[in-house]
Amino acid sequence: MAQRVGLESSLACSEAVRLADADVIAAYPITPQTHIVEHLSELVADGHLDAEFVPVESEHSAMSACIGSAAAGARTFTATSSQGLALMSEVLYIASGMRMPMVMAVANRALSAPISIWNDHSDVMSVRDCGWIQLFCENGQEVMDLTIAAFKITEDPRVMLPVMVNMDGFTLTHVIEPIFIPTPEEVKAYLPPFKPRFRLDPFKPMTFGAVGVPEVYTEHRLQLQDAILASQPVIEEHLAGFAKAFGRTYQPIETHGLDGAETAIVTMGSIGETALTAVEEMQAAGEKVGQIRIRLWRPFPFDRFLEAASKVKTLVIIDRALSFGGAGGPVATELRAILTNKPGAPKTASFIAGLGGRDVTREDFKEMIRSAPEQLASGRSFDFYGAMEG
Amino acid sequence: MAKKAIEAVCAWQELEPGILILEPGCAAQFKTGDWRTGKIPVTDYEKCVKCGRCYIFCPDLSYEEREDGTYTWLADYCKGCGICAVECPSGAITMKEE
Repeated sequence: MAQRVGLESSLACSEAVRLADADVIAAYPITPQTHIVEHLSELVADGHLDAEFVPVESEHSAMSACIGSAAAGARTFTATSSQGLALMSEVLYIASGMRMPMVMAVANRALSAPISIWNDHSDVMSVRDCGWIQLFCENGQEVMDLTIAAFKITEDPRVMLPVMVNMDGFTLTHVIEPIFIPTPEEVKAYLPPFKPRFRLDPFKPMTFGAVGVPEVYTEHRLQLQDAILASQPVIEEHLAGFAKAFGRTYQPIETHGLDGAETAIVTMGSIGETALTAVEEMQAAGEKVGQIRIRLWRPFPFDRFLEAASKVKTLVIIDRALSFGGAGGPVATELRAILTNKPGAPKTASFIAGLGGRDVTREDFKEMIRSAPEQLASGRSFDFYGAMEG
Repeated sequence: MAKKAIEAVCAWQELEPGILILEPGCAAQFKTGDWRTGKIPVTDYEKCVKCGRCYIFCPDLSYEEREDGTYTWLADYCKGCGICAVECPSGAITMKEE
């Protein structure tokens, strides 16, 4: 029987890796991911997890070691954040290009300079196009649950793509919440031992990471695109299996109160819970507002999003990162591209908020929703919300 | 399958995930001699002392031993780098325009 205990979300992530019975953990500590790897190293040292803990000298080495581990057929985990993710960048593309199953927790943190240890999404958005499946958690229970489900997804022979579990630094990683911890037996029933489709084997040699000459590179990229798009139904299947096994349901896109709503606020990550409170207060005051939360960012669940977006007239999209000199935040830019030429598509207002740990409160969400008509009327693509003006 | 991946002329659906090559020891099927530009090594067998240095030093395994103990050049893999001609102790190998 699962127990519900007060647990820091970082430790929930580590406990999920213990329950998943990971074989290899190669990681380098970086704030605010540190508690995850610290706790895992303790679990291994104290004999609670029979795994190889590789204390590598950098994140570049961490991801390289993880690729070797996954190629050897081991259940593989790492975790990082911000500058560490940036240092890993080139190796991330190799993990997905070689179709290496593994799970990585990313404690989302702003990129330097100026140095900031606080939360936003600029780190993960800098590696948005790396070919990994990317999930965003909203609370500590999701951190626990999606980390377990991520192993199920990545190791499915129909998927064989690395999975990134994003959790907002500090606002999620360092918050203690009541979390249901499943039993090892429950997790083992859901997640049997990893049986890799291909692995390094001296008795059955094969070539991993062959050169991609111009005659084959395009076909490889098309194969990768097909694989990540085809992973969506498998992800949904395994999340449904998770719901059956553990009683908690997760959808690629979550909606709240869209029936009868004219405007929906779109969020990703932990700010969704604050935004939900703001939306509920506005609904109680008779305002026609709902919410769309993106849990699966890659592959983007186009069908689920369009179904949700078709119910409202205006989307108010919150971004926690920015493409400097570009068309705005990555989420808003993407949603606008998806909505282009779709009949009856809602209008889109876009706000950049919550950069580098700036709090976004209930009142801020209400203010963004209420000021959306003015932005739309003005023709501006997006606004920096809450910046001090001279 | 390996042959298809090596020749790199097959439909993307037929490639193994991540262009894995499942057949071991098939690198020789990937003929890279057409990357060569310029010169090729020509051996004067009157001068060859059968030491095998061309075979040892060739970075692309583009030499093969013959029955009489001398070595012959393999056009399918040679890039024309000229290391064999530099290393040959008897001056038997010279680089000539292809």
